[in-house]
Amino acid sequence: MSNELTRASEIIDSYGCQQCNLIAIMQEIQAEYKYLSEDALTLVAEKLGISTAKVYSVATFYENFSLEAKGRHIIKVCAGTACHVRKSQPIYDAIHDYLGLTGKKRTSADGVFTLETVACLGACGLAPVMTIDGEVHAKMTPEAALALLEEIRKEESGK
Amino acid sequence: MAKGIMYIDGQRVPFDGEKNVLAVIRKAGIDMPTFCYYSELSTFGACRMCVVEDERGKIDASCSMEPRDGMKIRTNTARLLKHRRMILELMLASHCRDCTTCEKSGKCRLQDLALQFGVRRVRFEDTRPHYEKDHSSPAIVRDPNKCILCGDCVRVCEEMQGMGILNFAHRGSDLVVSPAFDRKLSDTNCISCGQCAAACPTGAITVRDEIGKAWRVLYDADKRVVFQIAPAVRVAVGEAFGLEPGVNAIDKLVSALKMMGADEVYDTNFGADLTVMEESAEFLERLKKGGPFPMFTSCCPAWIKYLEKENPKYLKNISTCKSPMEMFAAVLKDQYKAKDAADGRTTFHIAIMPCTAKKMEAKREEFQHDGVPDVDLVLTTQEIITMIKESGIRFDELEGEAPDLPFGMGTGAATIFGTTGGVAEAVARRVVEDKSKNTLQAIQFSGIRGSDVIREVTLPVGDRVLRIAVVHGLVNAKKLLKDIEEGRAYYDLVEVMTCKTGCVGGAGQPYGLIPVKQRRAEGLYEADRAALIKRSERNPIATELLEGALKGRTHELLHVHYKDPRK
Repeated sequence: MSNELTRASEIIDSYGCQQCNLIAIMQEIQAEYKYLSEDALTLVAEKLGISTAKVYSVATFYENFSLEAKGRHIIKVCAGTACHVRKSQPIYDAIHDYLGLTGKKRTSADGVFTLETVACLGACGLAPVMTIDGEVHAKMTPEAALALLEEIRKEESGK
Repeated sequence: MAKGIMYIDGQRVPFDGEKNVLAVIRKAGIDMPTFCYYSELSTFGACRMCVVEDERGKIDASCSMEPRDGMKIRTNTARLLKHRRMILELMLASHCRDCTTCEKSGKCRLQDLALQFGVRRVRFEDTRPHYEKDHSSPAIVRDPNKCILCGDCVRVCEEMQGMGILNFAHRGSDLVVSPAFDRKLSDTNCISCGQCAAACPTGAITVRDEIGKAWRVLYDADKRVVFQIAPAVRVAVGEAFGLEPGVNAIDKLVSALKMMGADEVYDTNFGADLTVMEESAEFLERLKKGGPFPMFTSCCPAWIKYLEKENPKYLKNISTCKSPMEMFAAVLKDQYKAKDAADGRTTFHIAIMPCTAKKMEAKREEFQHDGVPDVDLVLTTQEIITMIKESGIRFDELEGEAPDLPFGMGTGAATIFGTTGGVAEAVARRVVEDKSKNTLQAIQFSGIRGSDVIREVTLPVGDRVLRIAVVHGLVNAKKLLKDIEEGRAYYDLVEVMTCKTGCVGGAGQPYGLIPVKQRRAEGLYEADRAALIKRSERNPIATELLEGALKGRTHELLHVHYKDPRK
């Protein structure tokens, strides 16, 4: 087992290697590594004594599990009813184009951003909203959203 | 177990222990349609074809209902018919509809039921993406475009074989059956047992078709085409031509092959006799040396593949004997070198097997010489049935012909290799000192035969008592391994067959459930009873060969050491 998986292994052990805890284990591994790698899922299957195909089946069933490495910054655009009627879709589209995403890809090629949608943030009064790394940005427009991303990108390249 | 009376379409139907309403309906003589219901696996309840309506108009799937006393249901109402048609139409909408050129055409349950329910048009557009076919396995081909998501393959792989290679992945309209991480089968631990293909109701998983190759060599005058026929094939091949399961049709099969252009047709039983003698000798040697025990039989290539991929520490326990097919082929190719040199033809060896894993075994490096495999081609029972049909031969009307000599000679002990317990029984016959008829019968009735998934037998040999286990269905073999590992069981000899019921239930055989497979096994035992020679060491040609032409070379020709692929 590679060093990278030591933490995953500890997480699985902390649940007593029980099959019924599969989802909880995967959630915690994802919280730790930001995504579920093939190696991590294979380890889960081995330690829990279930087939890798079954673990993969559960991991791909839930939208919340990500099997791709995510970017360093996670953008969530709200697609709830209030945000939707106040035009959140153009914001999503603008970011999507700005990051050069195609098809099912949700992470930019440089690994800086991952774009996701969220069903409702409960901040409907501030619609349309988006979050960047958990920080809420209210009353967004496509232009304002892109400006925020530009700023982060500048910081990133300055590092 | 529940007992009582149900009312099905107004008929009184008693039930006694049936596991669901569907079984009671079928017992009542109604052919209830299903896709996802496979009586030998857990109930899944996905296809909804078996829906019934109760007296209050409630509709539910009969596979998932327990029979209750006084229950009243109808199996055919206007609403049910409408539902079934709609299910079929929706399935067809997202299904590749190249029926005429499909491998499964004529044997496809989707095609059959669409016809039965008169689905004449499909109003919906196919919005599913196109999936690549997976040709990577030497034994099976997967075409997800023809999958109806019934999950039979998933449950066979998990519940019967304990492998769990296939499962559902993704969700909703993206749902597919696939190995983990959408890998190709060759990148998984798949052991090529083919039971997924045997369970698949459509053409989504099929056995790799190599009929074209077979016809090409049969038409080639420079090739001497030599066949061997496995024990389990003879009791199943006739099923496609109106013969009962278990009827021994080897003679007809030999005639058919000769008509199709075979030069020589032999019997794998000859190879099995060699296996019995070598394996018994090895076993006695291990008894002398004190191990390693248990000794596992080595006839089943899927079993060996499993150990290599998931449990390599047991490879040393496997008998070093090649399988009967490979022993036969090694001897044949060796003995025919001179013949080939004399008449300038090349011997092309085809093995007819009940098994898909044999296709994988034949391609293994260990069984090749200078890049040429000892078995050039493996055809399944089903493939040979297709070829016979293509030739237009009326199989059931054929006059039989015995296999050729010298390698067409086999004993009763070899014939029973095709069923669970057969290999162990053949070895037992060889190792007991007392060879009287009574002893043979004592072995037969010791519990070595039967359908229990794990059977234990004790057999006195010399001053010790041998403990023999017989297991079929890989999931049960895994259980047995665990018992051995944790010290709950000890055996000297363990016979393992990956498929339930043994080779008679192989994935290369015509479709059938356990009762059919058991009748095939009965056919093999009957052939054994009728055989003049019951014990392998009495096979005159095999013994002559072992003491003559093969003397000193048995290790090279008849044995193999499987290595841990990870080392």
